[in-house]
Amino acid sequence: MTASAATGGGEVMLKVDSISLSFGGVRAIQNVSFDIIKGEIRAIIGPNGAGKTSMLNVINGFYHPQEGSITFKGETRQDMRPYVAASQGIARTFQNVALFKGMSTLDNIMSGRVLKMNRSFFWHLLHYGPARDEEIEHRRFVEDIIDFLEIQHIRKTPVGQLPYGLQKRVELGRALAMQPDLLLLDEPMAGMNLEEKEDMSRFILDVNDQFGTTIALIEHDMGVVMDLSNRVVVLDYGAKIADGTPDEVKGNQDVIDAYLGVAH
Amino acid sequence: MEVLYNVLINPFVEMGSNPAFFIKVVWEGFVAGTLYALIALGFVLIFKASGVFNFAQGIMVVFAALTLVGFHALGIPAYVSLALAIGVMLVLAISVERLVLRPLVNQPDIILFMATIGLTYFLIGFGEFVFGGDPKVMISQELGLPRGIYRLDLPFGRVVIQKLDVAAAATAIILVAALAVFFSKTRIGRALRAVADDHQAALSVGISLNQIWVIVWFAAGIVALATGIMWSAKSDVSFALQIIALRALPVLILGGFTSVPGAIVGGLIIGVGEKVGELYWGSLVGGGIDSWLAFFIALVFLMFRPQGLFGEKIIERV
Repeated sequence: MTASAATGGGEVMLKVDSISLSFGGVRAIQNVSFDIIKGEIRAIIGPNGAGKTSMLNVINGFYHPQEGSITFKGETRQDMRPYVAASQGIARTFQNVALFKGMSTLDNIMSGRVLKMNRSFFWHLLHYGPARDEEIEHRRFVEDIIDFLEIQHIRKTPVGQLPYGLQKRVELGRALAMQPDLLLLDEPMAGMNLEEKEDMSRFILDVNDQFGTTIALIEHDMGVVMDLSNRVVVLDYGAKIADGTPDEVKGNQDVIDAYLGVAH
Repeated sequence: MEVLYNVLINPFVEMGSNPAFFIKVVWEGFVAGTLYALIALGFVLIFKASGVFNFAQGIMVVFAALTLVGFHALGIPAYVSLALAIGVMLVLAISVERLVLRPLVNQPDIILFMATIGLTYFLIGFGEFVFGGDPKVMISQELGLPRGIYRLDLPFGRVVIQKLDVAAAATAIILVAALAVFFSKTRIGRALRAVADDHQAALSVGISLNQIWVIVWFAAGIVALATGIMWSAKSDVSFALQIIALRALPVLILGGFTSVPGAIVGGLIIGVGEKVGELYWGSLVGGGIDSWLAFFIALVFLMFRPQGLFGEKIIERV
């Protein structure tokens, strides 16, 4: 990837500014600001409970922060709504795979096309004419994603029966079906073996490369983070403790302390 | 020996000796079954979309029927009253979504269930406040529901069928078919299944939970209205009618809480089973078995097939 993105030269896609979020007395995020540049892969790391997933939930509108603002594609909001986020081009995956378990792989990925389908109820009811053409068009798009992710063989399998690694891949497929501008990945490689991790890393790089999708990912595997990401933001106890290139972050004393602990 | 004879042989001998009566019994069961299926359908719709057992379905039946009769009592023509009653069900759906469901998003299912109990008592109170507590007569004649009977002369005897029952069965079948097509062939159907499986994931792909909830509650409201009309045409419109909703519970267990075809088949099995069981086997235990036979069947089903006949298989990975 380009060095310009890494140094912050590109166009800012998303900016979170002084975000604070608390649940009752628990302060999940405290005054955190960072930005994501168009086209980059941005990693969010930190020990368990650092507020990483909360941050993704704020970006995609599940949580509404008490303070701060979110700027996406130049529009500043106090908080996001899931529907707005989805229709503006933010897609995401979840830490504990959130698929529609009773549906097939194909239907799961098709559900990512919901917002792209415009024909009225009436046509869909008849299952004829423009609605049928539209269905075929979306189906073609989804088949391309299935090919891309190499999951042709499980197209008709109910996802509840799939092994975990494949479920994660289907979830990525559903997010890709939304043709997102910004893709949020919450621990895309958690619980995977080495081979699966390598596959997933390759898919993430390809998505970024081929579709130009901007990606924000949370990941615990430091090797993966260092290899994939252009820039890394580090959270600890809800606060930002470092922000920079993988190399800068790796050498940061606060980060080392947060991960290894310090003697008091 | 005699018990075995009475259980295993005698009932079938009776069925064979008077086939016209047997057909009449099955038909009555079938009609009751379609109405059970309608109520069960109301439950299934809401359960699919929100994972909530809607305790208020029964009172919605009463409330819808009361609204219809109430409008007509104001001197409004029957069909206009019907349209207005449908409008009221839409308003109810929107209000439930705004005032009950939306503030409770992401709460455990049991909390939503409690909320529907609250809704039940609210609707009872509100209904009595607006319409009064005394039973009313359904405006079946004004709505053009047929009266009288058909006489079928079959080779083995005469079967008498109420025209109203035919209309009830036909309405139920049309409504069920329309809803089945709507929810399986449209993108709303896919969205509905998505919402049923995982709220957060559905939100993340841009499905509007609020819109889906309004749609299913409205659909359940229309189903309630149809049920209310058909059921109260046979007796009258009273708050006691909401109890029949609980009789749809075994139907749900039999058919599966998430299955539209299950609601239909389950409804028919229970409806026919109750009537036939009561008339041919009931006397063995002193009669009155139609009030508990359905629950007994449901209990047996729970032991061997907890997801019901058509329910989605429960897959748990550890």
